[in-house]
Amino acid sequence: MEEYNLTCIRCPMGCSLKVTVDGSEVTVTGNTCPRGADYGKQEVTAPVRTVTSTVPVAGGEIPVVSVKTAGDIPKDKIADVMKDIKKASVTAPVKIGDVIAGNAGGTGTDVIATKDIKAR
Amino acid sequence: MPDYDVVIIGAGVTGCAAAMQLARYDLKICVIEKTEDVCSGTSKANSGIVHAGHDALPGTLKAKLNVRGSAMIRELSAALDFPFKENGSMVVAFDDDKVSQEGLEELLDRGISNGVQDLRIITGEEARTIEPNLSDEVKLALLVPHGGIVCPFLMTVAFAENAASNGAEFRFLTEVTGIDKTPDGYLLCTDTGTISTRAVVNCAGLYADVFHNMVCPDKPIHITPRRGEYVLMDHDAGNLVTHTIFQLPTAQGKGVLVTPTVHGNIMAGPNAEDLADRDDTSTTYEGMEYIKAKAKDSVPAIPYGKTITSFAGLRATEDGKDFIIGESADGFFDAAGIDSPGLSAAPAIGEMLAGLIAGKYGAAIRKNYISTRKGFIKPFDLSPEERAKLIEENPEYGRIVCRCENVTEGEIRDAIRRPVGARSLDGIKRRVRQGMGRCQAGFCSPRAISILAEELGIPEEKVCKNLPGSEMLCNKERLSDE
Amino acid sequence: MNKRSIVIIGGGPAGLAAAVSAYDSGERDILIIERDDHLGGILNQCIHNGFGLHTFKEELTGPEYAARFISQAEERGIECKLDTIVTDISAGRYVTYMNGEEGIVTIEAGAVVLAMGCRERPRGALGIPGFRPAGVYTAGTAQRLVNIEGKCVGKRCVILGSGDIGLIMARRLTLEGAKVLCVAELMPYSGGLQRNITQCLDDFDIPLLLSHTVSRIYGKERVTGVDISEVAEDRSIIPDTAVHYDCDTLLLSCGLLPENELTRQAGIDINRVTGGPDVRDDLETSEEGVFACGNVLHVHDLVDYVSQEAMRAGKMAAEYVSGRRKTDGFELKLVTDGGVRYTVPQYVSPAQMEDSLTVRFRVDKEYRNKKLCVYLGGRQIRQQPKNIVKPGEMEQVIILKKDLETAKPEDTVKICLED
Repeated sequence: MEEYNLTCIRCPMGCSLKVTVDGSEVTVTGNTCPRGADYGKQEVTAPVRTVTSTVPVAGGEIPVVSVKTAGDIPKDKIADVMKDIKKASVTAPVKIGDVIAGNAGGTGTDVIATKDIKAR
Repeated sequence: MPDYDVVIIGAGVTGCAAAMQLARYDLKICVIEKTEDVCSGTSKANSGIVHAGHDALPGTLKAKLNVRGSAMIRELSAALDFPFKENGSMVVAFDDDKVSQEGLEELLDRGISNGVQDLRIITGEEARTIEPNLSDEVKLALLVPHGGIVCPFLMTVAFAENAASNGAEFRFLTEVTGIDKTPDGYLLCTDTGTISTRAVVNCAGLYADVFHNMVCPDKPIHITPRRGEYVLMDHDAGNLVTHTIFQLPTAQGKGVLVTPTVHGNIMAGPNAEDLADRDDTSTTYEGMEYIKAKAKDSVPAIPYGKTITSFAGLRATEDGKDFIIGESADGFFDAAGIDSPGLSAAPAIGEMLAGLIAGKYGAAIRKNYISTRKGFIKPFDLSPEERAKLIEENPEYGRIVCRCENVTEGEIRDAIRRPVGARSLDGIKRRVRQGMGRCQAGFCSPRAISILAEELGIPEEKVCKNLPGSEMLCNKERLSDE
Repeated sequence: MNKRSIVIIGGGPAGLAAAVSAYDSGERDILIIERDDHLGGILNQCIHNGFGLHTFKEELTGPEYAARFISQAEERGIECKLDTIVTDISAGRYVTYMNGEEGIVTIEAGAVVLAMGCRERPRGALGIPGFRPAGVYTAGTAQRLVNIEGKCVGKRCVILGSGDIGLIMARRLTLEGAKVLCVAELMPYSGGLQRNITQCLDDFDIPLLLSHTVSRIYGKERVTGVDISEVAEDRSIIPDTAVHYDCDTLLLSCGLLPENELTRQAGIDINRVTGGPDVRDDLETSEEGVFACGNVLHVHDLVDYVSQEAMRAGKMAAEYVSGRRKTDGFELKLVTDGGVRYTVPQYVSPAQMEDSLTVRFRVDKEYRNKKLCVYLGGRQIRQQPKNIVKPGEMEQVIILKKDLETAKPEDTVKICLED
C-alpha cells in the first residue's frame, strides 16, 4: 500500500489530498468536491495538465495570440505539445476556439485560441 | 584646419555648462561623451542642491564659483526653463555645547566671507517653528534662506539643448582613448575615429585625472571616486520638510541631509565612501542602513515605507580638495576635481572656462546667439484650458503612458525628438520622468520601449536602458535555438 | 456639464462585472472609463487557465474569462471610453477624464464605482542593494511583454517573491525555453496559491527557497547575477549565507498594492492594512455614492471573487442612484484579533444590510486547527472550524442580518481565530 500527499490543483481552492493506492484500489480523502477525488486518482496513476502559451499572429492588432490545449494532456507530453506550439503561427483575424495546432504533440488534443485578435 | 575650435570631453553638467558658455562665442564646438546621453555620471546621482555657499573655505575656487554659480542658476532657470526652487536650507546641530556653537559660527563666518546673504543662527525651537517635523534633539541651527534645489538632469539637458541650438555638436558613445599634441592643437583618438581641435576642455569627471595626466604627465593630479548613496521617497511622503536639512559635521561623521526635490519627493543621503573602482555605482545594505538611521536624527518621521528607489553616485574628489580649473597645458583646459559644490558651481565653471578660451583665441561673440530655451511641455502643469488646447493640437498629449508621474506620449516623443534627444529609456526618464514614480516603470516600460523603437527606427530588442549591453529584451530566435 | 448615472473607473474584471450588474439592476446610463486600449484589464495577459470555476462553472484562461464579461457588457450596449484616464474625482462626484480625442472633460456622476485594480511592488520599495541594470522586471511587466507583446525578457532567470504572478511566470518562461533557476521567498511561507506551486514549480523541478531573499544585484548594463541569502525570523539577512546565481534576469513578485491615487486625492478614507478604501457592507466608501470593488479595494487571489464583489458594487450603485437604498441606521465597525489582519468590509449597517453578508479576510501567518469566531459585542454569533488558513489565501465568513438584530450602536463585530 502506498500513500501520497497531494495538493489538488483542479481549482484554486488547493485542497490537501491524501491518496492511498492499494493494488488497483485508489482512495482519496481530504477533497471537498468530486473533482478533487478524480484529480487525486488521476495524479497518482496518469497525471494530466492543461498547457497554455502564445503563438505569433501575422497582421493582428497585437503580435501574439494566447492559446491552450482544448483539454488536459498527459503531463509527460508537455514538452511535445510545446514543440508544436512553437512551430505554429496564424494570420489575423483569430477567434476564441479557433484550432491553432491540431493533435498537438500527438496527444489527440487540439491547441485552440483563447483570445479574439482583430486584423490590423 | 582642425575639425573644431574646442572639443569638450564629457557631457555631464560641467561639460554641458562649458558648451553652453562657449557657444556664446563664434567657436566650433563638439562635446564628446562615452555614454549614450548627457548627465549620465556624477551629474545624475547627487543631492540636487544649489548650495548658498557657506560651506566652502573662503578664497578657494569652490567658494568663488559656488556663490557665482548659484546666482547664475537662479537666472538661467528662467532663461533656459528648468525647475529651480529657492527652498532655503538649515544646518542643524544636536547639541548646544561650545563645539556646536563654534561649528555653526564658523559656517556663518565662511558664508559671510564668501558673500552669502541673510545667514543667521537660530535655536532649536525656532527651527521647529519653521520645520515642524525636525527632531526635538535639534538644539541649534544655521538658517540659510538662499539655498536652493534644482533638477540636475533637467538643468544639464537645458544647458546641452541651448548649446546645441547655438551650434555645438554632441557625439555620444564615443570614448577618448588618447590625446596627441599637434602644431595647431590636439588630436583626440577615440573608439569612433580621430578628432582634431585647437583646444580641449577636460570635463571628464571621475576620469578627468586620466586625461590631465595624458597631457600633463609632469604635473599629475589624482581623483578618488567617493560614493554617496541616497534613498528617494514617493510624493505622498508629503511636505515633510520644505528646507534642505543638513547636519553639522561632528567627530562622528559628516552627517546626511534630508531634502525635498524640485519634483516633490523627499530624499535622504548621502554617505561617503572612498572606492577604487570608478564605475561602482552599486548601493549597499550597510550604506542604506546608515543613511536611514542618520536621516532619522534630523527628521524622525521620515517614511521609509514610501521608498521608491535608492541609488548611488560617485563624486570626483581630487587630492588637493579644490576644483582644478584653468589652462594646464597650451590649449588644454581642465575642469577637474568637480565634487560638491560642483552642481551649484557648474555654470560659473563654464563661464570661467569660456572666458579663458575666448580670450586666448580672440573669439568674437556669436551672431544670432540664442540665450533662451523652452523646456518640456508638461500638460499637467498647464491650466485645464491650456491643456485642452494642447491636446486638441496634438492628441498625443492626451494619452498618458506613465500613470505615476502623469507623463503623456507627447512628452516622451518630444524627449526623443529634441536636439540632444533621449536615446535610451533612462534618457527619457531623466527628461520627462516617465518611470520615475512609485511603480518605477512597471506599467509603462513596455509602451516606452515601443515608442523609443519607433522613433529611432530600431527593433524593440535593440532598445537599451542606458548603454549598449543594457538591452531590455532578448532575441527570441536565439532562445529557441538553444 | 455632462451628467451620467453611474461612472465606473476601470474596465478590467471588476469594472465590467460592476457595469453588467448595475445594468441588470435596472440602470441604463452607465459609462466605463478605461485607460488601456482594450477592456479586460490584467486578465488579457493572464493566459494561464484556472479562472471562472465559480462564476462560469468551467475552467477558463484569463482572456477567455475577460471575453465573457466584455461580451456581456457589449450585449447590454454599455458605453466604454478606452485610452482614457481619469485625472480627478472631486466632491459631489465630479469625475474629470482626459483622452486624445476629447481633451479634458468633467462629468457629474450619480454614483461612482472605483475599479482601478492594483499594481506591483517595484524594486525600489524592496531596497535590494547592488547595481540598477536592465533585466530587473516585475513579474507582471514581464508577463505583459511575453504574453501580449510576444517578447522574450531573458534566458536565465531568478524570481524573487512567490506571489502567484511570479509562480505563473516561472512556468511560462520555462515553457518558452528560458531557465528559471529558483524562486526565493522572504517569508517562511509562499505568498501564492498551493496549486501554482505544484503545477508551476514542482512540475518543472524549480526550487522554492523559503526564508531567502536577493541580497545583491550584479551587472552594470544588464543583470549578470544575483546573490541569494538566507533571512532570519525578523527577515534580516543572515551574513555569510549568500549564494551567487549567474542570471540575466530578475523577476520580482513581491506583492500587489491597490492603486488608490485617485481615491486618496478625493479625500476618501484609506485602510492602512489593505491599502484600499474603507467600505461598508454595501461597498460604499467614506464618500457618499462612491463605491469600490476588486483589487483597488483589497488584493484578491481569485478573479471569481472580484467578479462577485464587483457585481454587488454595481447593484448597490444602481440602487443608490435610483433612491431604492436606505441610508438610515447606525454602522458597526468590524474589528479583528487573533491573527486576522483585516476584513472587507470594515463597516456593516445592521438596518440596511442584505440578509447575509460575506466578509472576506486574510490572516497574518499560517495556522492549523483553529476556529474562526465572530462576536457581536461580547457574544459569539458564529464559529467555524478552520483546518488550515494561510496568508496567501483569502478567507471568508458569512454574517447574517438576523445575527445583528440585537446590535447596539456602541457594539463592534469582532472576527478572530481561536484555539
